[in-house]
Amino acid sequence: MLYSEKVMDHFRNPRNVGEIADADGVGEVGNAKCGDIMRMYIKVDKKTMVITDAKFMTFGCGSAIATSSIATEMIINKPISEALQLSNKAVVEALDGLPAHKVHCSVLAEEAVKAAVKDFYDKNGISYNEECLKSGECPCVH
Amino acid sequence: MIYLDNAGTTKISAKAKEAMMPFFDEIYGNASSLHMAGQIAKEHLESARTKIAKAINAEPSEVYFTSGGTESDNWAISTACKFGALKGKKHIVTSAIEHHAVLHVLDEMKKQGFKVTYLPVYENGIVRVEDVKKAITPETCLVTIMFANNEIGTIQPIEEIGKICAESGVIFHSDAVQAVGHVKVDVKTLKVNMLSMSGHKFHGPKGVGALYVKKGTPLFNFIHGGAQEQNRRAGTENLAGIVGMSVALEEAVEEIESTSKKLTELRDLLLTELSKIEHSKINGDKVKRLPNNFNMCFEGIEGESLLLLLSDAGVCASSGSACTSGSLDPSHVLLALGLPHEVAHGSLRLTLSRYTTKEEILTTIKEVKRVVELLRKMSPVWDSLQKGGKHVI
Repeated sequence: MLYSEKVMDHFRNPRNVGEIADADGVGEVGNAKCGDIMRMYIKVDKKTMVITDAKFMTFGCGSAIATSSIATEMIINKPISEALQLSNKAVVEALDGLPAHKVHCSVLAEEAVKAAVKDFYDKNGISYNEECLKSGECPCVH
Repeated sequence: MIYLDNAGTTKISAKAKEAMMPFFDEIYGNASSLHMAGQIAKEHLESARTKIAKAINAEPSEVYFTSGGTESDNWAISTACKFGALKGKKHIVTSAIEHHAVLHVLDEMKKQGFKVTYLPVYENGIVRVEDVKKAITPETCLVTIMFANNEIGTIQPIEEIGKICAESGVIFHSDAVQAVGHVKVDVKTLKVNMLSMSGHKFHGPKGVGALYVKKGTPLFNFIHGGAQEQNRRAGTENLAGIVGMSVALEEAVEEIESTSKKLTELRDLLLTELSKIEHSKINGDKVKRLPNNFNMCFEGIEGESLLLLLSDAGVCASSGSACTSGSLDPSHVLLALGLPHEVAHGSLRLTLSRYTTKEEILTTIKEVKRVVELLRKMSPVWDSLQKGGKHVI
């Protein structure tokens, strides 16, 4: 099999699919031209700065859907500060590995979380360190 | 399991499988040996060659056995280039939608100083004969254009191209791996110098193919060693494979008209029903295509997830998306049709065989509709399109 059972489980039964109509932050990363787009929605408790809900919509391959799904699970009920620590490596590990040419999907998941947090910060006038929210560029160049 | 990836490979026919069995432990002689066991093997080898020749209207001495379509393509192109180089001709004409077994050989030829013209195929996936005519120069040593495309099934005007090449004195090779056994292939009317075929594409075994080489066409050795295949292609013949291929081809050609009629009906049922999915597009000419080939794009979804979910539902299909091609770009064939990357990522290829049933097609239609809807529901691309984005197809 191309994918681990964990990847297939998240692909077949994605958790937290859909949109949050009154989201506090929305981030979209990727490029349809490259074949992957992830959109991440988050709800944040502004007093505690804890992410209370997260949902996603993804256009992409099996691993793109699986990484988005597990990433939402990994940030729900976590303080923003902790969600920002979510690395693509942690996503790969949580999925019991990804084929080498699919690792960029996990990078996209990390970037999607950061993009959603950035949107939340911007909407609420919260200052932040750009470095913490840095997201790389799409690995494919057209 | 509903197997709709017959352009990838086919199951061996019962007749071909049965015909192969004695060649593993009964008729196992080496066809090059002078003893009885060898000579019996030799008779079977030549009888298989005659069957293959008859199927494409060639002479038996014009059929060379190879390890498959890829080797046949490599051999045909390299031999024409070697001959061209001897005469100082280093230009090749081909199409933008060839199989990698042709395109990557041409990349090698470019490293050796050859120039290659890639003819466009336009929106219908078909090369224009006048483009071939214009592309041929006094430097041209080879025109290599596939008979039928492996992804979109479009059938090229081989007979007309053959005529032009014959008039210009240019060697003409056609990769007919997808065509032989599926549509009528008559090398005499086509005026091809060389034509590649592969056993496992028409219910024969894998690992065996043939190259037709018209009498009088220069042919250099590609694999060196023993004196097999008129001293042109070394290596002990894969007799079981060769016999299996010849029986499979004979069977396919016998049934070609009834199969073609049945598959065209089933294929058109797929096209009609799945075209009802909004923002979808049929890829390649609707008429000038292989009877068993279906290829469509569905906007807002990606091919690999489509394939995986169809596979879960028991349907084996194929796609030209980047994720399934193993590169970052979607299929060069779909891009050559002028499809934007984002649309090409959402392609689905279904290729039927004479074993495909109507029930299987009806189930497939239902499953494709279900999976496309499911994936669109979670697609931000589709969501944006629904909220006022600009649809491409």
